[in-house]
Amino acid sequence: MADKLFYFLAFVTIISALLVVFSKNPVHSVLYLILTFFSISGQYILLNAQFLAVVNIIVYAGAIMVLFLFVIMFLNMRTAAEEARKRNALIQIAGVISGSLLLLVIGSAFVKVDISKHAAPAKALNTQIGMVENLGIELFTNFLVPFELASVLFIAAMVGAVLLAKREAGESNSF
Amino acid sequence: MNNIPLYLREIPQVYYLYLATALFTIGVIGVLVRRNALIIFMCIELMLNAVNLLLASFAAYRNDAAGQVFVFFIMAVAAAEVAVGLAIIVMIHRTTRSVDVGLLKSLKW
Repeated sequence: MADKLFYFLAFVTIISALLVVFSKNPVHSVLYLILTFFSISGQYILLNAQFLAVVNIIVYAGAIMVLFLFVIMFLNMRTAAEEARKRNALIQIAGVISGSLLLLVIGSAFVKVDISKHAAPAKALNTQIGMVENLGIELFTNFLVPFELASVLFIAAMVGAVLLAKREAGESNSF
Repeated sequence: MNNIPLYLREIPQVYYLYLATALFTIGVIGVLVRRNALIIFMCIELMLNAVNLLLASFAAYRNDAAGQVFVFFIMAVAAAEVAVGLAIIVMIHRTTRSVDVGLLKSLKW
C-alpha cells in the first residue's frame, strides 16, 4: 500500500512541477507550485517526518507562496508580459537539452552505485524520529549554534528587505 | 533491512533519489527556459524542495534526525531569501517597469 501511495504522490509532484515551469500565466504557476508543496508534504508524512510536513505547508505554501502571489498582484502581471519580446526558440531548446543532460548524468550515476552498500551503517530504529520532541532535542543539543545564527540571518533579511523596497526621497513616484 | 520502518521496506531508497533528481532537473530547466524573474525564483524554490525531500528520505532510511534538522534550516534560509529576492524584484520593476530578465543587461560591454 505504501508504494502505491508513493507512486501517486510522485506522479502528482512531477506533473505539477512541469506545469509550474511551462504555464503561461504566473498565477497558475504559483497555484501549481502550491500543489507541488502539498504533495511533497504527503511524501514527508510517508517518510515519518510529520513535523516537517506541517512546517512545509505552513512556511512554504502558507507564507512564501502568499508572498509570491502578493508580489504578482502588486506588479499587476498579465499573461502577455513575457511575450513582449520575441522568444528565442533555440535558447529554450538548448535549456531543455541541458537540463535533460543533467538528469541523465545524475540518474545514470545512481544506477551504477548501490547506495545501501556504500553508505555508513544505519543507526537503530527510532520510530519517534519525526516527532516534535525528538526534533527539538536534536535541534537544541547538536544544532544550537546554527539555530542562533538563523535568528541573525532573519534580522539581516528583514533589515535588507525593508531597506531595499523603501522609496527614496527623490525618486519618481509613478507606478 | 530491520532498521527501517515496516511500510518503508516496500520502497527502495533509490526511488526517492530519482524523484528528487527529477524535481531538481525540472527546476533547472525552468531557470534556463523562462524569462520572467518570478517564475525563475519559483523554480529555485522547486530545486530547494527537491533537496529537502532527499534529505528527509535519508533521515528516514538511516534513522538519523540530523537530516530533518537540516531541512528545517533550509526552509528558514529559503524564507529569508524569498523576502530579500522579492524586494529586489519589486525594485527592478520600479525602474524598468518589467520583470523580464532579458532587459537587465546594462552591465554588458
